[in-house]
Amino acid sequence: MNALKRLFPFHGGLKTVRHKAESNQSPIQPGILPARLTVPLRQHIGAMAKPRVQPGDRVLKGQMIGQPEGYISAAIHAPTSGVVTAVESRPVPHPSGLPDLCVVIDSDGEERWMDRQPVDYRALHPSELRNVLRNAGIVGLGGAAFPSAVKLNLGGQSEWLETLILNGAECEPWITCDDRLMRERAAGIVAGLRVMAHLLEPREVLIGIEADKPEAIAAMTDACAGTGYEVRPIPTRYPSGSGKQLVKLLTGKETPVEGLPVDVGVQCFNVATAYTVHRAIDHGEPLISRVVTVTGHVRQPGNIEALLGTPFAQLVEQCGGYRDGVERLIMGGPMMGFALHSDEVPLTKAANCILAASAAELAPEQSVMPCIRCGACVEACPADLLPQQLYWHARAREFDKARDYHLFSCIECGCCSYVCPSHIPLVQYYRYAKNEIWAQEKEKEKAELARRRHQARLERLEREKQEREAKLRQKAPGKAPLTPGPSPTRGEGSPDPASSSNP
Amino acid sequence: MIAAMIALSALAGVSGLLLGFAAIRFKVEGDPIVEKIDAILPQTQCGQCGYPGCRPYAEAIAAGEAEINLCPPGGPNGVAALADLLGRDPKPLNAEHLDKPKMLAVIDEQNCIGCTLCLQACPVDAILGAAKQMHTIIARECTGCELCVAPCPVDCIHMVPVAETISTWKWTAPIIPIKPAIPAKAAA
Repeated sequence: MNALKRLFPFHGGLKTVRHKAESNQSPIQPGILPARLTVPLRQHIGAMAKPRVQPGDRVLKGQMIGQPEGYISAAIHAPTSGVVTAVESRPVPHPSGLPDLCVVIDSDGEERWMDRQPVDYRALHPSELRNVLRNAGIVGLGGAAFPSAVKLNLGGQSEWLETLILNGAECEPWITCDDRLMRERAAGIVAGLRVMAHLLEPREVLIGIEADKPEAIAAMTDACAGTGYEVRPIPTRYPSGSGKQLVKLLTGKETPVEGLPVDVGVQCFNVATAYTVHRAIDHGEPLISRVVTVTGHVRQPGNIEALLGTPFAQLVEQCGGYRDGVERLIMGGPMMGFALHSDEVPLTKAANCILAASAAELAPEQSVMPCIRCGACVEACPADLLPQQLYWHARAREFDKARDYHLFSCIECGCCSYVCPSHIPLVQYYRYAKNEIWAQEKEKEKAELARRRHQARLERLEREKQEREAKLRQKAPGKAPLTPGPSPTRGEGSPDPASSSNP
Repeated sequence: MIAAMIALSALAGVSGLLLGFAAIRFKVEGDPIVEKIDAILPQTQCGQCGYPGCRPYAEAIAAGEAEINLCPPGGPNGVAALADLLGRDPKPLNAEHLDKPKMLAVIDEQNCIGCTLCLQACPVDAILGAAKQMHTIIARECTGCELCVAPCPVDCIHMVPVAETISTWKWTAPIIPIKPAIPAKAAA
């Protein structure tokens, strides 16, 4: 309890229902090997991985099938051995329900690994070590799936790191995959954390875990004995697991507007990410599986360590199947997750929870009433925003004003929508406004490119015209230049000189 | 009297020199308002406004010769932005198809005869090809202005709508159904 005193509570937040006990009582089960795996090539923030296999190719478990493209990207690997049957667009878990490029692998049931090489991380140059992690496809497993190698590089962003935070808060209701992982594989998590600390060289390492997970706190404290890493129990208050809120809670530092925690000398990783770093470094295994919570209206809720690319329907099947009355399948938790269009989508790196929701779990459908400016959302907002103003401007399509009210500091945690007495879907408005602003920026970039190209074309036409006139003057000195070519409409502006001399 | 005249003349002379220097030193190239208008226009260079490109249209607006609602690719948002910039009243867009999806030109390469006519029509040089060689469109550079469609003698250029992908998909504004305040039964 002494540790609780050193915390710096963030503003707002909620005491939500927990629903953790449904799924955290049984150990993590290994997933059943599916006959067919669909592996999306875009499972992370950043550029899509470039496919390295073709239909008909045999692949081994752990073989790279998607190569990272660009700095912010991560590799994709074959989750099992088998034959590639297709590289094509397939449905993926995404709120749009649109398909995306996937590699489809028919498993041969042998689970034959490629050559696995553990790495001595102390002997490697930091940049080589980051490359190992990038090629192992390591991304943040808390839900955002941001490539970890990028976050493990402080180059240019700050001189040194004050605090490295490991996020084991798992504040969202229903989800228990990090809880089970910490209870069962604390040593692996700490081994991965050691690699991260080796790369970042922080002055202190803190592990934030919500106080409602006493077993996880005990396991992690044991594993950290003698390392100097400190486990800090934090109060159970949603959204303490959100990066910026956890940084505030543990260090008292506020992340600047449109900035990152690294700007104030703090970097934050999820516990499951640390575990995959351990698997990649100490066992040479790339990220091909993850622990996912399957809970809600299913017969035996629990946690499964499943191969990426396993269909959701099979994971639900392994948990005893749906109970009657399931109305919606949600990926992620009830606060920040999104409804899926089908259960025939594959498990991805970002999927921490599959929640089968019945009418009992869903908020009852309430009719939306006008905003009465009660300010309940302001009280609840953990990012210190004015949600009612953001709503007002987003609804009126005044996006620049919404931006002035720091729309991009919104973490879309859903606290405002949760407390709104008028049942306004506030977060939907913010997502809409953010997407519109991004789309406008893209349009602007495109227009700028078109403007430059048009300008370049006009200059080229002018230059060609002058060159032609100069040539004519040379041929017939003293005479005024006549029509420049055999056919003026064709000759003019042709980028290819051959076409003007070729009627 | 004479002292005052000399003093005033000297003052006038100095001010004149200063102003003359400032006029040369701080000369404004072109009309800055044209730049601002041009920045709002979508740069498709399609000529649907009746001017040969976005910049001429921007110049015409700045000179007060053109209305602000002649640009269909800019859409209602573009008109609103122009109205905001120029302090004029926004007007409904002067075009038939308001919600036209974004289009991209595609050359049917089987039928292309390599005449280079489309190359000359493209305002952003987004078509690659040479005389008697097959042409193709650089999709990333195409603005969808449709100017290449008409010149093609074998009609092998088509406009296709840009398909929505995961990276271009957007969350839409929530649609809130309007319900009667009093349930139908109670009202009856």
